[in-house]
Amino acid sequence: MTRVPLERKVLNENDRLAADLRQGFQRHGTLCVNLISSPGSGKTMLLERTLESFEPGRRIAVLTGDIQTDNDAQRLARYGFPVRQISTGGACHLDARMVTTALAEWQPDAIDLLLIENVGNLVCPTSYDLGEEARVVVLSVTEGEDKPLKYPATFHSADLVVLNKVDLLPYVPFRMDLAREYIRRVQPKAAIVEVSCTSGAGLDTWRQWLDALAGVAPAV
Amino acid sequence: MHEMSIASSMLEAVRAEAARHNAHVLALGVKMGALSGVDSESLRFCFDALVQDTDLAPLSLEIEHLPWRNRCHQCAHEFNVEEYRTECPRCGSAETEMASGQELEFTYMEIEDNDPCTSRAQSLERK
Repeated sequence: MTRVPLERKVLNENDRLAADLRQGFQRHGTLCVNLISSPGSGKTMLLERTLESFEPGRRIAVLTGDIQTDNDAQRLARYGFPVRQISTGGACHLDARMVTTALAEWQPDAIDLLLIENVGNLVCPTSYDLGEEARVVVLSVTEGEDKPLKYPATFHSADLVVLNKVDLLPYVPFRMDLAREYIRRVQPKAAIVEVSCTSGAGLDTWRQWLDALAGVAPAV
Repeated sequence: MHEMSIASSMLEAVRAEAARHNAHVLALGVKMGALSGVDSESLRFCFDALVQDTDLAPLSLEIEHLPWRNRCHQCAHEFNVEEYRTECPRCGSAETEMASGQELEFTYMEIEDNDPCTSRAQSLERK
């Protein structure tokens, strides 16, 4: 028996495709953002409010992943920007190949901002790089403030954590100070914004974060 | 449950190596960080299920678990993070950064050497 050293990542193939995607995004000046959360934390509504805030004609596109149905794509298509549903047919996460395939029919240089809504899941999407520039983890206040400690790998990978549904704070035993503390422990560099997609609170801060990332002067 | 797709990625690599060395792969070594996002028990389950009754059997999966480690920006001390305490235990600084713990990497394969050509190919490769 011989031992052959083999030093490479298990998800080498995904990482390779993701690197190609990232290179393409950089070449075409596309800002790609990957949104991850558990099911029901409000990713789709956050995207609806985001699309609503952009003037028509802005070069924005959305990919939305779900195991089944194109309900989210139908919801998001109302805002007039190109939307494509990726139905994973059972897979619990998007991978770089699915994104590559979904993007194939769009002009690569026609998108300035690509928003990817991952499959609702706080575990599996973490391991799959999609070539994104930034990763956003959405956590709603109905889920409990200890999620960052329960899913440290996911929160560690976040550039921004959106604390969503803050309008429900009076009705749920969610401690914002603890949530912030737990996020900080797992990823001290992550930015945090508190939003309510229902009341609109904090959406301007989220939008400023996106604009800053895109190198656009924030809308006044 | 993404362990099934991870297990099948692993087996693709095993097939490629087996073909390259023209030999049966007996064991696959991987290192897995505490923050890799992969559950080792379900990975084992998926791995074994995919190997069973195929030409890949017998094939064992050997997992080396790596802890979550941070490095201090102030004093460069490296330490295991336990109970999510990321402050430096030596100087108390909160300015620390992950040094390891997210790995999901192949480390080695044990291959059967029953063919002199294979051993020759390997010795050439080492040069």
